[in-house]
Amino acid sequence: MAKKRSGTTRPPAYNRNAKLEEVMTGTTVFNVPFPKDLSSLKGMSPIVIKHPYSIDYLHSYGQDSPFFAGLANRKLLGTRCGGCKYTYATPRLHCANCGAETDWVELPLEGRVHTFTTCYYGSEEFLKDTPFHLILVEFDGADTLLLTRLIGVDRPEDIRIGMKVKAKFRRNSQLKPTDVYFVPG
Amino acid sequence: MRPVYMVSGGVSKFVKARPDATFQKMVKEAFDYAFDDVPKLTREMIDGSVASYFSDHFTRQLMAGIMATDYLGLCPKPNKRVEGGGATGGLSFQAGWEAVASGRMNCCVVFGFETMSRVQTWKGNEFIAHASDTNFDYPVGGFYSGYYAMMVNRHMHEFGTTVEQMAMVSVKNHMNACYNPYAQKRRKLTIQDVRNAEMVAYPLTLLDICVMSDGAAVCILTDEKTAFRLTDRPVRISGVGTGTDFMRFADRPHGKVILAPNEKESDYRNLKYPGVHSFRAGRSAGLQAYRMAGIRNPIKEIDFVELHDAYTSSEIQTYEDLALCRYGEGGKFVEEGHPFLPRIDYGLKLRKRGTIPINFSGGLIACGHPVGATGLMQAVFAFWQIQRKIQKHFGSGELQLAKADRGLIHSHAGTGTYVTVSILERGW
Repeated sequence: MAKKRSGTTRPPAYNRNAKLEEVMTGTTVFNVPFPKDLSSLKGMSPIVIKHPYSIDYLHSYGQDSPFFAGLANRKLLGTRCGGCKYTYATPRLHCANCGAETDWVELPLEGRVHTFTTCYYGSEEFLKDTPFHLILVEFDGADTLLLTRLIGVDRPEDIRIGMKVKAKFRRNSQLKPTDVYFVPG
Repeated sequence: MRPVYMVSGGVSKFVKARPDATFQKMVKEAFDYAFDDVPKLTREMIDGSVASYFSDHFTRQLMAGIMATDYLGLCPKPNKRVEGGGATGGLSFQAGWEAVASGRMNCCVVFGFETMSRVQTWKGNEFIAHASDTNFDYPVGGFYSGYYAMMVNRHMHEFGTTVEQMAMVSVKNHMNACYNPYAQKRRKLTIQDVRNAEMVAYPLTLLDICVMSDGAAVCILTDEKTAFRLTDRPVRISGVGTGTDFMRFADRPHGKVILAPNEKESDYRNLKYPGVHSFRAGRSAGLQAYRMAGIRNPIKEIDFVELHDAYTSSEIQTYEDLALCRYGEGGKFVEEGHPFLPRIDYGLKLRKRGTIPINFSGGLIACGHPVGATGLMQAVFAFWQIQRKIQKHFGSGELQLAKADRGLIHSHAGTGTYVTVSILERGW
């Protein structure tokens, strides 16, 4: 049903930059036109073909593997340098300050938001997750931070630097760093 | 080390997609432009080349460097590829400088390119995100705009930087680009336009972030004798610096500020540095280059800067790293108008414009960011600026600065992992 026109009509909102998103689908073509005169070939439009490109890659976590084994067993592990006592919340087996080998330690399951963002877009692999919140967590007793996801908060305006957060673990481990995530503390 | 000069440069028009050309053809366009601009240069005089491109994923062609080299007809002379993420162009420029400074070559061609249009934007972001730790960072976030958004949220927390100040960078760079025919995005914007654009990673909107491009750029570097044989306006590379930092920004230390010559420890009593709010690699690169070029007070002794503004936020952070202002004052620096060009109308009220024009070309935000070409593009634009030849190459002189004897170019990779700074100055 047509709406009644009011005395003051709002001008229509036009977006002159609107455009359809390009997609990777197309039509299968088995032939292309070809000119008799070869000198006109330099003006030819480019031929673009679709080339699928996928691989199964055996990604080894190498010396970082205990971190992932820890997550699967509901433990959050960092490393600490026996020499200079520098503690890494994102583990590394060798200390970047003094070069010594570090030891695995359990991190507290509570920390604070050091910084944050909310991703409304992302890499193709994570587009399905958007919007999602990323935070860097600072822990008492650790010198470096941990990148992780925050759930249980709706909008970025509701996340505060310094707010307490606590770790939770997936019951069924995926052996990914997202096996641990944080919620407001 | 011998003095090194830039004698010519060329850039292909940066666009969203160049399906009409492979990377070799794009490089050839930039090379021919540079080669033709110094008529006395012969192919025999070229001793070798450096290939600058970032991603084998985007290219889907390994050893693309040699394919561009053979297309240019530069075999069997030396060539190597240099790669370091977003700083690939700056690192390659300095590799060319090293080849000439060491005496290995008298004339070195540095060429760079990237073909980013071959995948969709979000797949492209996935490729780029593989330049973050694939054990700990990529699987959690996997998105560079998200990383930089986190860094600037901390910058805002530490220093009170505002999203409006960031938007002013976008207004400035898009407006400058209106006078640069090589730029991909040439738009007159307002602060509101930037804030109203789609949110990508809070607080960065679509207009706070550079775009992906197809493009190529070429620099020709020579020793002093060759330079003055080829041109009466050679530009000397008087300082180079390269800094690095931890790939995982969560690993960055919280220590003391690395002080610039014009700063003192008492300026930063309570600041933990670099944390995730500042780029230590940028500070380190800048100070090395300043030392080599004999610069003590950069804002007074440098006439203009072309810096790596992949994000409006990183432009503000970089003002501070380069000691153009103190740490924490980057937001105020742009708000007061210092990095705006004196003669261009931005539709903004600016109190102190033109102190040190920054990204007169439009920067990455407006020119586009075909990664391997970007750092070289900056060198070419800076070179033309110092030669007083903007009118000739851009077709209009709006962006030609009155004082342009010494410029700084700055190239930056993944959350500040590699940063290069090179100083270019009038050599005649």
